[in-house]
Amino acid sequence: MGELIVRADAVWFRYSGAEADAVRDITLSVAPGELVGIVGPNGSGKTTLLRLVLGVLQPTAGAVEVAGQPVARWSRRGLARLVGVVAQREEPMFPLRVDQTVLFGRYPHLGPLGAPRRHDLEAVQNALDRCDVADLAERWVDTLSGGEWQRVRIARALAQEPKALVLDEATANLDIRHEMEVFELTARLVRQEGIAAIVVTHHLNLVARYADRIVVMDRGAARASGSPGDVLRKDILEEVFEWPVAVTQWGGVPQYVPLRRDESGADRAATP
Amino acid sequence: MTRWLVLIAAVAAILLGAVALGPAPLGVGDVWRGLTGSAEGPAATIVRDLRLPRVLLAFLVGGSLSVTGAALQALVRNPLADPYLLGLSGGAGLGAVTAIALQLTSPWAVPVAALVGAIGAILLVYRVAVVTGSVLDTRVLLLGGVVVGAFAASVMGAIMALSPAPEVRNALMWLLGSFGRASWQAVAVFAVYAVIPLSMLYGLARPLDLLALGEEPARFLGTDVERTKRVLYLTASALTAVAVSLSGIIGFVGLVVPHAVRLTWARLHRALLPAAFVVGGALMVIADALARTAFAPLEMPVGVVTALIGVPVFVLLVRRWAS
Repeated sequence: MGELIVRADAVWFRYSGAEADAVRDITLSVAPGELVGIVGPNGSGKTTLLRLVLGVLQPTAGAVEVAGQPVARWSRRGLARLVGVVAQREEPMFPLRVDQTVLFGRYPHLGPLGAPRRHDLEAVQNALDRCDVADLAERWVDTLSGGEWQRVRIARALAQEPKALVLDEATANLDIRHEMEVFELTARLVRQEGIAAIVVTHHLNLVARYADRIVVMDRGAARASGSPGDVLRKDILEEVFEWPVAVTQWGGVPQYVPLRRDESGADRAATP
Repeated sequence: MTRWLVLIAAVAAILLGAVALGPAPLGVGDVWRGLTGSAEGPAATIVRDLRLPRVLLAFLVGGSLSVTGAALQALVRNPLADPYLLGLSGGAGLGAVTAIALQLTSPWAVPVAALVGAIGAILLVYRVAVVTGSVLDTRVLLLGGVVVGAFAASVMGAIMALSPAPEVRNALMWLLGSFGRASWQAVAVFAVYAVIPLSMLYGLARPLDLLALGEEPARFLGTDVERTKRVLYLTASALTAVAVSLSGIIGFVGLVVPHAVRLTWARLHRALLPAAFVVGGALMVIADALARTAFAPLEMPVGVVTALIGVPVFVLLVRRWAS
């Protein structure tokens, strides 16, 4: 096993004043060139787990390491050079141009007063190219479509030249094509450039087709963890999501179909 | 680069014009001779000892309030934020008036008292805003600012009505702003107290760009959000305190100027902050020139002029923001 980018070891977390643990005994490791999916119902602790991994919250028990060092010991600036984050939503207060927005990805690499150097501008251009938004560089971000804006934000994360990319429901508002483009781009970065990716999503079928491993969270704990084939099972999904499903195969990967109430007894679409 | 030179030249012309303007009309020649020291006599004295420090102080105060407004707008992510509407000016004014009523009248001490007042105000505003829920609603924050500002103004009014100290009697100066007490000493006080917070603010230009995106994105792009916010609130309080302790409460400059600069000049803070300083300074010089010449020999409080311009712009901004 090579050097891990992210390692969470038996992590527990409870919000102050809460009656139950938001994250219970989660162990998670992500290596370079690996795409790990995190799925689970609303409120199952996915975002809390991410906030622990990103050092925003400190675990009540257990340890989180990023690039071999406890996450609490990284400065925000140091962490931003290692991990790029794309969240579901971001509403700019004072809209900027696309190229200005992507240049923000270089801020963790710049001194407080130093101007961007050649390498910074190259990194920006490179990120714009890879996310297919170079021709939007001069546009104001408030004129972009949802898919374009999301790709611009992935470009900004790539301009950070991170070793890991975290997508937190980053495709939730996108139509099929734009969502697929984000998954394709992420998978390409993982396969070709050895970036580690953590993808939190509700779209189990998609993440099953791109992820090396999936963690299914339920009430703060990992109900299942492993390859898509291991975790996208009828019994696991029905238990965790509390809804009858059928599981079928597409290209060697399990895909689930949520059942209508009147179908659940018959189980017609179940795997042959 | 050329546009910076054009801007600076235009501002220099405004400053010189403002020095020439006043109850005793002076020609460009008088101003020049007064500035260069190649003449003596009443005209030169008026230029050097009355008009020039007044114009300079107006410029510096206007510039400081404008960059403070720009920083606060990014910090609380609300286009309607400014030192006046967030209650900072009111708190600073109350601190200054309290100090003077307690016989702490040294121009070097008053800004310190004003700083204490400004910090007290912002803490109070935060308390008010957080009461409504664990997540800070910036609209409630502004409401809290207006309420705290109004409260501070009424306490100031009470102190001014009841205090035997003659220096606090000039209520209009404190509540509506005036450069009538400008002097070279005031310019010196400003320079000494404002240099550090102004440089700190400029050093935080990039974190301000990121904070305008929101706290989460700012954090993940490398900003130590909590520390940066504390430093920003402190610098905003310090700049407001110096401005208010020398010229009273002048509203709306900090609100209007950053928007004008964002629309016409730059949106990234490394260019926005210096441009807002220069434009805000020039605007304040014009407002002060209007205040002292429009009804000469009577003088209007400069805050009246800035409010007459600022309130309609505020209404426009609210409408734009709401849509």
